[in-house]
This record gives sequence, C-alpha cells and structure tokens, in this order.
Amino acid sequence: MVTSTVTPKTIKSPAARTAWLNGRYPRVAAMAVVLVVAASLPLVMSDYRLFQFTLAYIYAIALLGLNLLIGYNGQFSLGHGAFFAIGAYTTAIMIDRWDIGYGWTIIAAGAICLVVGFLFGIPALRIEGMYLALATLALALATPQFLKYHLFEGWTGGVQGIVIDKPEAPFGLPLNPDQWLYFFTLAILLLAFVLGWNLVRGRTGRALVAIRDHRIAAQSMGINTALYKSLIFGVSALYTGVAGALSAIVIQFVAPDSFTLFLSIFFVVGIVVGGLGSITGAIYGGFFIQFVPNIADAISQAAPWAIYGIFLIVFMLVMPLGIAGFLAILWHRLIMGRLASDGNEGHPTET
Amino acid sequence: MESFLQQVVSGLATGGIYAALALALVMIYHSTNHLNFAQGEMAMFSTYISWSLINAGVPYWIAFFATLVIAFAGGVVIERLIIRWVEDAPVLTVVIVFIGLLMIFNSVAGWIYSYDIKVFPSPFPDQPIQIGTLYLGPHDVGAIAVTLIVLAILFLFFRYTSLGLAMRAAAENPESSRLVGIRVGRMLGMGWGLAALIGAVAGMMVAPIVFLDPNMMAGILIYAFAGAMFGGISSPGGAVFGGFFLGVTENLAGSYIPFIGNELKLSVALVIIVVVLLVRPSGIFGKVTVSRV
Amino acid sequence: MCSRNHWLRLAAMTAGLILVFAAFPGDQTAYGQDEIRIGNTNPYSGPASSYGTIGRAIGFYFNKVNDEGGINGRKINYISYDDGYSPPRTVEQIRKLVEQDRVHLLFQTLGTPTNSAIHKYVNKKKIPHLFVATGATKWGNPKEYPWTMGWQPNYQTVSKIFAQYVIENVPGARIGILYQNDDYGKDYLYGFKAGLAEGIERAGLTGDQAPRIVMEQSYEVTDPTIDSQIINLKTSGANVFFNISIPKFAAQAIKRIKAIGWDPLHIINDVSTSIDAVLRPAGLENAIGLISAQYIKDPASPEWADDPGMIDFLKFMDKYVPAESRNPAFTVYAYSVSQTLVYVLERCGDDLSRENIMRQAANIRNLELPMLLPGIKINTGPDDFYPIEQMQMQRFDGEKWVRFGDLLSAG
Repeated sequence: MVTSTVTPKTIKSPAARTAWLNGRYPRVAAMAVVLVVAASLPLVMSDYRLFQFTLAYIYAIALLGLNLLIGYNGQFSLGHGAFFAIGAYTTAIMIDRWDIGYGWTIIAAGAICLVVGFLFGIPALRIEGMYLALATLALALATPQFLKYHLFEGWTGGVQGIVIDKPEAPFGLPLNPDQWLYFFTLAILLLAFVLGWNLVRGRTGRALVAIRDHRIAAQSMGINTALYKSLIFGVSALYTGVAGALSAIVIQFVAPDSFTLFLSIFFVVGIVVGGLGSITGAIYGGFFIQFVPNIADAISQAAPWAIYGIFLIVFMLVMPLGIAGFLAILWHRLIMGRLASDGNEGHPTET
Repeated sequence: MESFLQQVVSGLATGGIYAALALALVMIYHSTNHLNFAQGEMAMFSTYISWSLINAGVPYWIAFFATLVIAFAGGVVIERLIIRWVEDAPVLTVVIVFIGLLMIFNSVAGWIYSYDIKVFPSPFPDQPIQIGTLYLGPHDVGAIAVTLIVLAILFLFFRYTSLGLAMRAAAENPESSRLVGIRVGRMLGMGWGLAALIGAVAGMMVAPIVFLDPNMMAGILIYAFAGAMFGGISSPGGAVFGGFFLGVTENLAGSYIPFIGNELKLSVALVIIVVVLLVRPSGIFGKVTVSRV
Repeated sequence: MCSRNHWLRLAAMTAGLILVFAAFPGDQTAYGQDEIRIGNTNPYSGPASSYGTIGRAIGFYFNKVNDEGGINGRKINYISYDDGYSPPRTVEQIRKLVEQDRVHLLFQTLGTPTNSAIHKYVNKKKIPHLFVATGATKWGNPKEYPWTMGWQPNYQTVSKIFAQYVIENVPGARIGILYQNDDYGKDYLYGFKAGLAEGIERAGLTGDQAPRIVMEQSYEVTDPTIDSQIINLKTSGANVFFNISIPKFAAQAIKRIKAIGWDPLHIINDVSTSIDAVLRPAGLENAIGLISAQYIKDPASPEWADDPGMIDFLKFMDKYVPAESRNPAFTVYAYSVSQTLVYVLERCGDDLSRENIMRQAANIRNLELPMLLPGIKINTGPDDFYPIEQMQMQRFDGEKWVRFGDLLSAG
C-alpha cells in the first residue's frame, strides 16, 4: 500500500509503531498523498474520465450528507433525491433566469436545502424507521411532479427542463472547463469532508450517535433530541443540495427525469455499500454508484440491472458493513497480525 | 353523482390491487420483521411463470395453483440461499439485498419475456355488470373477493394455527423462540414462501387489469407500501383497508379538487397518509409498540 | 485504534482506489479505414427499458448490413450504451462515445430529455447527431443546431393532422384528451390545440360549429391504471376522444372505454397503433372504429402479405432478430431508420468526414423505403431537418387498418 513507503525504518518496537501509527504525523502525510494523487489526475486522465470522477465526487458529497442522517443519526431517508433536485434546480434557475455567478448559486442551493430539510425534519421527529422511509419516499415522488407542475413551468421549464452553460476557469487559469470543474468539485468535497469529520468527531457527533443508539437514554442525559434531529436533517439536506447544484453545473442540464425515485434509492445503496456511519464510506459509495452501472452495462446489455443486482447482493453478503467497514476490519487485522508476529511483548499497549 | 359513484367503484377496484400486494408485504413483515421491496417484482415474475404455463396449454386453475406452489418454493429458496446470510446484518444491509433482488427480477423478466405487454387471462366473466348507469367489472369484483378471502385465511392462520403462531414468535423474538424449540430458520423460510405465494395471487389478479409487463408492479408496490403503512403494517386487515383508502382517495382528489388534478393526486394521497401517521405513528389499525428503556 | 487510524486508512484506500480507476485504459483508439463507428444510447435498464428493443433491433439490422459486405466495403461498428433514460448518464455515455470511442456519428439516441441534455454538447463538438429517436419538434432547427436531425414525423405535425380530421368530420365536436404528462404528451397536446385553432379560423367556424376541447386528463407513466381519467372524460360529455398514450395505457384505454359504456370517436396517436402490441391485447373487437394516422406498414396487417418489402422484412426478422425482441412496431421503426442511415452513408462514398456525413444527411431526395407506406418520400435539405413529413389516415376494421384519403402533410 501507498502508506508503507512512508513508514520510517527506525521504528522497531511494536509499541512504538502503534504510537507512531496513531500519531498526528502520518495522518497529515497520508492526507497529502491522497490530495497529491487526486490533484494530479488531470495530468494523466482524459477529460471524459475527469468528468466521471467529478460526478463520483459529487455523489460522494451527497452521500456524505445522507450518511450524517442515516449512518450517524439513524433517521432513514428514501427521499434525498428531492434535495439533490432542489439544489440542482436552484442553481439552474438562478443561472438561467438571473445570470448569477455559479459560485453564489451553490451557496443559495445549500441554504435553501438547509431550511427545507430542517422544516421537513420537524414533523419527521414523530415518526421513525419505515414510517419515516414512507414520508421521505413521498417527498421523492412528489418532487418531479412539482417540477413539471403547470403553475411552476415558467421557472422550471416544465418537462423540457433547463439547459445551462459550462463555466470557464477563472483568473485566466490554464485549465479547460472539465479540469476546472474537477478541481472545483474536489475542493468542495474536501471542505465537506473536513466539516463533516469535525461535526461527527465533536460534541454534536456524540449526541447524534447517542440519539441513534438510544434515544430515550440520550434524552435523559439532557440532549435536546428534537433540535439535533431536525438540525441534522437540515445539514444533511444542505450537503445533498450542494451536490445537486454541482451536478447541474457539470451536467449543464436539469429535467424532472433526472430526479426519479431511483436516484434516492441509489443514494441509499451508495451509503450502505460504502459503509454506514463512516465518513470515508461516502467516497467509496460515490465511486460505486458512478461506475458500477457502466460495468454492468459492459458485462451484459441484455440485462444490465441483473448484473447490478448481483453486484449489490454479493457486496452485501461479503461486506455486510459496507466497503469502509470491511476495510476497517481488514486494516485492524493487518496491523494486529503484524504486531503479534513482530514482537514478544504480548499484546500491544493501547494508547 | 353517478360519476362520483363510478369514481368510488373504480377507486375500490384499483385499491383492491394495492391491497392484494399490501397483504404480501404484511405477510413478510409478520414473519421476518422486514419490508421486502422486491415483493412486487417477485409477484410479477410469478405471474410470468403462470403466463408461460397457460400459454403452453395448461388450464387456468391448474396453472394458478401450480404457480402458487412454484412461488412458495421460490420464496423459500431465496430465503435459504441469500437472505439468511444477512439475517444478523444491519437492517439497511438487508434492504440493499432487497433492492438487488428487485433489479434482478425486473431485468431478467425483460430479458426472457421482452418488455411488450402481454394479455393475462381472468378467471371471471368478461361482460361488465350494469347497475343503472354504474358499470362494474366482474374481474374487479372477483379480484376484491379473492383479496378478502386471502385476508381471512391469513387472519385465521396467524391467530389460530400453531404454525402461524410459531412464525410470529420467530419473527418477534428469535432468541426466545429458539429456546422453546421453534426452528427459527425454517419459520423464516416459510414466511418468505407464503409471502411469495400471496404475491403471486396478487400478480395474477392485477395482470388482467393492467396487462403483464416487467414494470407492472413498480408503481403498485409504492401504493401497496403506503397502504400497508397507513393501515398499520402489523395488521393484515389494516393493510387491506389502507389499500382501498388509497385507491379511492387518489381518484376523488384527482377528479374533484381542481388544482390537484392527476398530476399531484399521488403526492396528495401520500401527504394525507403522512399526516395521519403523524397523529397515529403506528398506522390506523397498527399495534402501538412500546419501547423498553 | 480503529478510529484513530482513520485518516491513514482513508488515505491509503482512497489513493489506491483512485490509482486503480486512473489505470483504466483511456484508450483513444482511432478508427481504422475499414470501419464506420456509429454511437448510440438507449435505455436497456430501468423503467423505460421497453424502448431498448429499438436500440437492439438497430444492432441486428447492422449485422445484416455487415453480413452483406458493409457500406462501400466498410463494416459498421455499432456501439450502443445504456443510459437508463437518465439525462446525466446520457451525457456521460455520449462523452464516452465521442471522446473515447471516437465515433463518426451519433445515431438514434433515444428520448427527449436525454437528447436535450446533449443537444448543445454535440453541436459544439460538431458531431452528426442523426435521426434522433424522439418526435419532439425541436430537433429540426438547422439554424441553431446544424448537427442534430430528427426522423419520424414530429409530434406537433401529427397532432395537427388529427385536429384537421376532427374539424372536417365532426362538426361541433366536444373533445376529451388523455395525455402522458411528459414532453411527448405535452408536445402532442400543444400541436393539437394549435392545429385546432388554426383550422377553426381557416374554416371560419363559429359557435356550435367549432370543435372545442371539453376536458384534458393527464397520467403518469408510473400510474398503475388510467380508469379514473377515462371516467372523467366520459362524464365530460365528450364525443371525440383523442388518446395520447404509449402502448400499455392505450390498450387499457381501448378496453376500458367499452367496459364503462362510453362510445366516442376514438382517435389514437401513431405511437400506439400496432395491431399485435396494442390492439390485440386490448381486444380486436374493442378496437373497431379506431382512427389514427401512420407512415409505416404494420406486419400484422394481412394487406401486406404479398408485399415484397414486407417479405424482406420478415426474412430479416427470422434470420437476425431473436424471438423475444420481435416487437413489431419497434422493429419496423428500427429497420426503416437504419435503412435511412445506410442510404446516407452509402452516398458519402469514401469521404466519411463529419461535414460530409451531415451534408449528405441534409440532401436526401425522394427516398422511398420498403417498410414505409406506399408513396411516402423522405426529403431533407439544408433548411429542412424533418425527414418524414407525410402520413395517411387509417381506420381499424376489426382485422386490419384501412387507409383512407390522400397522403397528408402538415409540415
């Protein structure tokens, strides 16, 4: 693996190595490696591949938001395609009607989704599990209907949708639009990632998980469950809305047919396959929902969904905790195994 | 007024379709505590099997019961082959497996049988019954009757047979069930088999109305799901009521509330259901579950 | 420990993953001299997958062309990808076809929203985007989009033909309309209303003499049934029923109307006239008296039993099309549109530049095809990007469609 190359040779004792592996330094180094790899992709990849990666990153942002809600807070949503659509349409309408810079439209899309999500989260407090799934499903089903509803046609373009232009790179950067959007999306993904990680690592994250695992106990410990639950619904919608806004810019087109129920379903597929309750899982999930349909199409055009379905089932049977969960177990075993065979001190000391 | 009555009758007929599939959802919920999103596609696939048999010259009722047997066996096989490996996995992992099954059945049906609509015969007479200015389809009436019969059987089965009781026990508390000697694995397999069987009945009652094609159940599953949740997923009678309620509500809302129209009728019906669920979170006839601290 | 190594794990795995994907071949293979690369997208998965039959049938026809020696000695390399009828995936697949597979042209990409999503892109890239598989009216706009061309009579044209028929034959008609709530249904609806208004003005009809629309009812493709809509239309007192629906719902409507004792003049759009795929499922006796218009021959009609074009077509079906893909209407459509493309490519000679392909596509003169109705000619020009603009009215007699009147063109 990439990280083994940066392991200093001087560290010998397992305990010391554990300490080193847990230290701050390798995280930064690893982060840097990932960033360098990601940032150098435009040098080696065609515009078309960059475009695919950009889409995968966009899905990852949406999945990150959904994971905050489902994975960390235990609220099930089958309707996040709706927020993706709201974000996308906000951007498309603002660019198309008012010629507003795309950067601002993303902020607006996020803000609108935050509010809508928060408001939706309030009634959702009363219902749980499959009932919440039904309520969010209703949201996903209603969204395309409203997008083509005749009273809103003047804004949404009705069934015809809205076509927008692709932005050029600013400040005279020597990048073509695909490369620029790749970096732009990568930057937002990074931001989303850092914010999300800070959120779940801190006080808020502990509260969310406490609510997920035992609502009544959390309540009796003084956590304002109602506030947290509707707040996280809003934050989750914000992430997904920002992703939707980015997708409108990258695809240059929005239409009701882009936001069917299956979009919401594939989001859920993405976070479960990627790994519930894991920040990195969103990235694996993003890649999964971006690339697996193409792989299925390449394997069998007679029945692509059958191949996709088999992929899903096999993934779930082999990795019931998703890719992130699987890798965590693998990594754990790898380190533990190496430690055990390296030294004679017995169990490594946990720091 | 006559148009109003005709809308109600038509709503009951489509509601009967939703109710039939909703029963299959309740069945699987009762016996496994899961909601099977692939239920609709399994029903569709069973109907294709029945269609193949009838097309090969098998008389309707023989094909009907043969399909029930095949569907039952298929359900058991799916449970034993795939589902049991994720039995202890998180709920969402199981949900993804269901979505995988949905995609496989949908795609394979299209691959084998093509996506053209197929005529599926009805066991009931063809000529509409006319009462004044009101027209009743004999198949609609027959299908509703079949749904109610299935409901009655289901009710008796779960309440009075030891097998039904054992299945409920296995779903609600597998650990204790094992202690009292119930073979939980076998019960789960049975549950899948019975749900697939009820789904097959639903499919064979639905297909003469909407025509048989691989996407036949996609829309109906959503209605059935909503109907089942509305009536209360733990109550078969409630689920059937929910199906009928949904069928009638969407017809009336779509026809008589001008700004809703057909474009928003499903959305409105769903909103009504969600609002009701806010007041009664376990559905109209559902059992209120008390969480233990 | 697990959680503390979070970043490390993330880094290793993500970097690994990205490297794996980056290592995917970005092959930008140039095409050889002896092949013609044709790109296509179709919904092979998802709720619209019934249309995938068209994409497959085109492939079967190109197999036949290749077996017979190809075009000017070149073999057709037909590359068709699944887009699931989802515009974002269409954009992705089209970019793959253009930037990675380097196709000569795009052909029969299916669907209105999907084609809308790539409309600008292909015109900017100057890729011939020929004979798109949608009847929306916007594909014939050579001034703004000189690289995109439709094929079938566009929805508005067809709709105007129907409006004209009503004006001429049913004085004071009260019209009820059922339409699919998407671009296809709305384009039809719009064309019908426009045609009705123009026709009424032209004929100088006033008051009770002028036909009027008494009710419009929409349905969604995901609706299980359209019973409720049919009841409302009956209640509206309409005596003409204009049915803008796809085969499944058209068949339901034909059957349902009779079952609730409604007996209007039933005009059905050309999308759903197939005897085998629509009328037979609905019950042929229920379909007696249906009015429609068409431009292709129906293989189920006994009228064409001895027609040489039909005999060739059935031979093609037997030899190249597997049994489960033999949707009659879709296959005739795919067969004819592929023949149009082959004609264009033959006329390109050895100059397969994109400009020349487009020039030839916009220069078709009086082309007659074996499976188009007799007399229908395909014509295009630099200002005319609507290849087929003629149709003929027809009435169903319980066994076959009986054509009547002259060839109509509302183009």
